[in-house]
Amino acid sequence: MTHESSENIIINREPSNELENNWRQYLSFSTDHKVIGVQYMVTTFIFFLIGGLLAMLIRAELITPPSNVVDRPLYNGLFTLHGTIMIFLWIIPFNAGISNYLVPLMVGARDMAFPLLNAISFWMIPPSGILLISSFLLPNGTAQSGWWSYPPISLQIPPGQPINGEFIWIVSIVLIGISSIMGAVNFVTTIFWMRAPGMTFFRMPVFVWSVLSAQLLQLVNLPSLTGALILLLFDLSLGTQFFKPLENGDPIIYQHLFWFYSHPAVYIMALPAFGIFAEVLPAFSRNPLFGYRSLAIASLGIAIVSIFVWVHHMFTSATPSWMRMLFMVTSMLVAVPTGVKAFGWTATIWKSKLHLETPMLFAMGGAAMFLLGGVTGVMLAAVPFDIHVHNTYFIVGHFHYIVFNTITMAIFAAIYFWFPKITGRMYAEGWGKIHFWLTFIGANLTFFPMLPLGLQGMVRRISSYEPRYQGWNIVASLGGFLLGVSILPFIANMVGSCLYGQRASNNPWLATGLEWQTTSPPPRDNFEEIPVVKRPPYDYGDPKYSVIEPPDYHQQENHSR
Amino acid sequence: MNRGVIHVDESPVPLERWRRFLPNWLKRYLPVRGGRSEDHHGKAIFGFTVFLLSESIVFLSFIFTYVGLRLTHSRNWLPPGVSGPELSTFVIINTVVLLSSSFVIQPAENSLKHDHIQKFRWLWLITICMGSYFLIGQGIEWSKLDFGLSTGLVGSTFYVLTGFHGLHVLTGVILQITMLVRSFIPGNYEKGHFGVSAATLFWHFVDIIWVFLFSLLYLWQA
Repeated sequence: MTHESSENIIINREPSNELENNWRQYLSFSTDHKVIGVQYMVTTFIFFLIGGLLAMLIRAELITPPSNVVDRPLYNGLFTLHGTIMIFLWIIPFNAGISNYLVPLMVGARDMAFPLLNAISFWMIPPSGILLISSFLLPNGTAQSGWWSYPPISLQIPPGQPINGEFIWIVSIVLIGISSIMGAVNFVTTIFWMRAPGMTFFRMPVFVWSVLSAQLLQLVNLPSLTGALILLLFDLSLGTQFFKPLENGDPIIYQHLFWFYSHPAVYIMALPAFGIFAEVLPAFSRNPLFGYRSLAIASLGIAIVSIFVWVHHMFTSATPSWMRMLFMVTSMLVAVPTGVKAFGWTATIWKSKLHLETPMLFAMGGAAMFLLGGVTGVMLAAVPFDIHVHNTYFIVGHFHYIVFNTITMAIFAAIYFWFPKITGRMYAEGWGKIHFWLTFIGANLTFFPMLPLGLQGMVRRISSYEPRYQGWNIVASLGGFLLGVSILPFIANMVGSCLYGQRASNNPWLATGLEWQTTSPPPRDNFEEIPVVKRPPYDYGDPKYSVIEPPDYHQQENHSR
Repeated sequence: MNRGVIHVDESPVPLERWRRFLPNWLKRYLPVRGGRSEDHHGKAIFGFTVFLLSESIVFLSFIFTYVGLRLTHSRNWLPPGVSGPELSTFVIINTVVLLSSSFVIQPAENSLKHDHIQKFRWLWLITICMGSYFLIGQGIEWSKLDFGLSTGLVGSTFYVLTGFHGLHVLTGVILQITMLVRSFIPGNYEKGHFGVSAATLFWHFVDIIWVFLFSLLYLWQA
């Protein structure tokens, strides 16, 4: 991929500068979806750093068999908050942020459907996050029962402590959930109602399809977590008995309600990542996306099947055999639409000349790592295997291959890919590549050892373990520290390029998406005039489009395939 | 037009209207070719409906908990000396008032559509009174019950389910009062009345939920 020569790069359209120079708006209450998107992304990145710091403390504890770095309650608090922050304050809201930035641009809208609601959704995130993290300051420390907060463990609070870590945990997760629901209403309405003329459903980019599927899942499944947490809160503070086994309550019902959301939550996190692959891979292999329609429908397919798989988290929770069999089959079914996706990505880059820029490296790395994450997922869907490795590091390894090696890599791909669009400047390619290789090596060093550790029987959620597990643990810990270091070139690159980077053209990757047809960064209302869409979204490889001139959505009349 | 020809009323018969309900709804709310962003009313109602769908899942999770607990603990559902919620005439009247208010609020919204603002205000006021009656009635019922929030599973489930529903009724009434006050601001409803439509939808939602809660809490006697 060539960056255009420096004469062509400087595009001085007035509207873009207006947005770029006014940095104060990023600190203020704005209703512009682009400002809100950036606010989301920067805020959640700070939470990502905090979550990563907690993870490094955990790895520091686990480098030696005895528990000597932190004490037990603090260790419990560390892994509880690490999981909670990474899921509820990093990946899910970051996806909301990047979707916020891109979806209106991609569908040709001037803004989201409800801009004020959009701003409110964002401004609920920072206070909830600060509230959650501030629970470290409580005398009894933060919540200690893991990010799933199973009763009766989560209800074991010393009496006479009405405001405890668990209480704060529930309140902040409910607040973040309300913010997500409002966001989901906004996204779904935007995608249904705000599309530009001619933007039919099958002319939407796969990223928009993925966001639509993920946000529909938020709407259908997230309320069940909210409901469960409200009941848990009442059990904790008002003396109700829903989940207290000693008083006739039933903690298994909590597990059902919790996983009814929290399994699909994995797809809420992963679907936008799949969408990012579908945008980045075609752009850097100059090929049309293979099987566009099947990939679009597969997004919805993953969403629908994933609603019916939650019991596979409860194979060891006294679940009757017929239910185990049923949910084993549905869980394995998820592999079908997911396989369609992976096949589509592979076929897109098949026999093409790859341009290995940083976004492409991250996308390919993420998609490749998804192979291992996905295959271990199918293994875990099988009841006998799941019972064998239940509650071991195998689960931790599998989960992190999905959420870090696939989704977070996709997020980095997205950041690099759309960085010129968002800031109007190019990032430094060399630093980007250093970041990629450090991340890729670090992530595999960290999370691969967890798979053999789990097979050998090392249990999770423990701060001290048998000495025979130490070898792999040292590898994992060193990998974890490397992963921590890998974030430094990224931060330096982002901040430096934002301030001093080379000016980017409107379409540096010569991509075909609608978001590249406006200025970088886009003006307040996105487009000078609303485009009329007349062709499908991926026209790479067509000699007409693969040369210098980017395709023009306004002019091209007879080019629909 | 000849005098001798008998004119057939071409407006669709009710059955036909229902047959076309789904296609019409899809055409209205799934604009396949895009370009509908100017229809602010339709957009807002769509968003609000989606929100209500999601809200109903919270109720569904509570109902799931209730049914699950009830099925697994049918024997010790009622602690000794507690009779559980009773299906008294008082409760039935309360329910009838709430459910019939749906048939008052719909004509109210329709009359606003046809610019009969005075009729709208009266019907709207009646709905507010019916909603408030229900709320006060529930408060009286609560005060008379022989069990509390922490009296076994029956207390936990009963108060949380009815309380959460009551909170929605209260929200609905506050919404309605706001809309009534807004109707006195001149020119307020000239550009459409999303708030009134949303409040009406919300009220129907609250009523439908109550049908389920009423059947589960009062009619389902072990």
